[in-house]
Amino acid sequence: MSIQAHDPAGNPGAAPAFLAVGDSALAVQFGESVDPEANRRVIALAESLTDFPLPGVLECVPTYRSLLVTYDPALLRGAALEAALAERVAQLQVSAEAARRWHVPVVYGGEVGLDLEDLAREKHLTSEELIQLHSAADFRVYMIGFAPGFAYLGGLPEALHTPRLPKPRMSIPAGAVGIGGQQGSINSVTGPSGWRFVGWTPWRAFDPARAEPFLFAAGDRLHFVPVSAAEGAEIAAALAAGELTPTPEAAR
Amino acid sequence: MSLEILSTGPMLSVQDHGRHGRKRFGVPAAGAMDRPAMDLANALCGNPLAAAALEFTAIGGSFKAGRALRLAVTGGECDIRIGERVLAAGQSHAVEAGEVVKIGALKGATWGYIAVSGGIAVPEVLGARATHLRFALGGVEGRALQAGDLLPLGEEDDDGLCLRPRDPAPRPGPIAPERPIRIVLGPQDDYFAPEILAQLETARFRISPQRDRMAMVLDGPALPAARGHDIVSDGIVSGAIQVPSSGQPMVLMADSQTTGGYPKIATVISADLPRLAQLPTGAEMRFEIVSRDVAEDILLAERARLREVLASLVPATGMMLSSGFLLSCNLAGGIVEPEAVMGRDLELSEDTAA
Repeated sequence: MSIQAHDPAGNPGAAPAFLAVGDSALAVQFGESVDPEANRRVIALAESLTDFPLPGVLECVPTYRSLLVTYDPALLRGAALEAALAERVAQLQVSAEAARRWHVPVVYGGEVGLDLEDLAREKHLTSEELIQLHSAADFRVYMIGFAPGFAYLGGLPEALHTPRLPKPRMSIPAGAVGIGGQQGSINSVTGPSGWRFVGWTPWRAFDPARAEPFLFAAGDRLHFVPVSAAEGAEIAAALAAGELTPTPEAAR
Repeated sequence: MSLEILSTGPMLSVQDHGRHGRKRFGVPAAGAMDRPAMDLANALCGNPLAAAALEFTAIGGSFKAGRALRLAVTGGECDIRIGERVLAAGQSHAVEAGEVVKIGALKGATWGYIAVSGGIAVPEVLGARATHLRFALGGVEGRALQAGDLLPLGEEDDDGLCLRPRDPAPRPGPIAPERPIRIVLGPQDDYFAPEILAQLETARFRISPQRDRMAMVLDGPALPAARGHDIVSDGIVSGAIQVPSSGQPMVLMADSQTTGGYPKIATVISADLPRLAQLPTGAEMRFEIVSRDVAEDILLAERARLREVLASLVPATGMMLSSGFLLSCNLAGGIVEPEAVMGRDLELSEDTAA
């Protein structure tokens, strides 16, 4: 239920819309489209609620242009939460981009990156040119969703935009590096997928047994670093042996 | 000590209150489809409400107790036996070490719960024991349970009394299929024309066989979205009614993923979602729209009502001294343990005799 009128232009700088999501959650919606500025505001509001919690707020789920906020109505009613969030949003400091940066090793092609050569041909590129384009891109983690630790990556060069397959493949392994529509991805669990795959990273975006089970968070920046199959195998072995932990370049 | 699974129905899994606090990392909650029923099962066994129990659909299975324990089945009426003894759902029963409990077909409900004293003590994964089948989290190797599984049991910390609700029932409130399922419109009700929103309340829907722990598909009139069936993906809660391009509404349930790209016409209120989960396949139902404020009031009242049910459990000895009951509460293999049945009344009679 739209509590506040949408900004018709979907301007992410305008006041957000508050949408009721049942009796224990609401969505704060900054515009209607995929937009880095809207996403920055979503993440800034999520961070504000982490740093300065509102009693009664349980969880936040940042997505492209909307923040889902769950609450316990015994402690905080939806109407009061909406008022408190409107106040927060009005004072929100959206920093330029104090993000963590990940340099993710990728073995391009091979068994997992099974679409590399076909995609290159479709786009009248050599495989090397496609790898060059993909690894030069500056990706932004818009949100984590679909599966534990699955990062939706914005910033895919337009030349690489590719529709999803009409019929998903049944089993794509964790670590598969993919392209779906205008986005990039790193598979976090093994499962069916209609995305196209250009490579494989030995990193595990999700490992429930690891002290920090999730590598990526909404707002992170990310780029891919080509490595050879032998280097990929070495990294995988070092990770399995506990000699290596993927770490980001610290936030500025 | 453990509970051994000798056989199962089509779906048996370890569940609890679910995995919370990591939805922003894409981790779905999972947990009981009918939490009030599972809470009752745990309370009947003297467990904390957050203890893990077993959830089943259609048929429970057979279970061998590795130690003496209390066991309760809730959710709906159900055929429960230990050998020749027939036990009632909705109350706890003493089970001796080595005895086999057979839990048959659930009647008039979809999800049944089996709690045992001490709880199911499988390791926690990401803060919960609940099984999420698709992502293979929690439970036993993240999968449905199967014959041969040995479930570790937790410590009991109770006096071992068998309990029942003051007003006996297999679930703390009727499923009442004739009562509407209440909803709050949104978050994307503005994707739908006013006449479609009106239809949501006037039409009757039927629970289709396409249902599992992730979602329930409803048969009924199509609900086309004037603004289209694709949105920029946003966050999802259980109870969300999303409408894909088929126009056929789908209610997202306990295992639902955390984000999605279909418009969500409305959200089932928290107090009614367990009732919806329990409706049998083929049942007809209708929706009733309430405001968010009213839905919050209903939730708070429902929580108070459930607390009251759980706070007023009585010893199952009180009024039910049938021979079947006496046998169900025996604590020593065929010999009725007087204290367990009679409690203080027995002491009183001894005092009087002395």
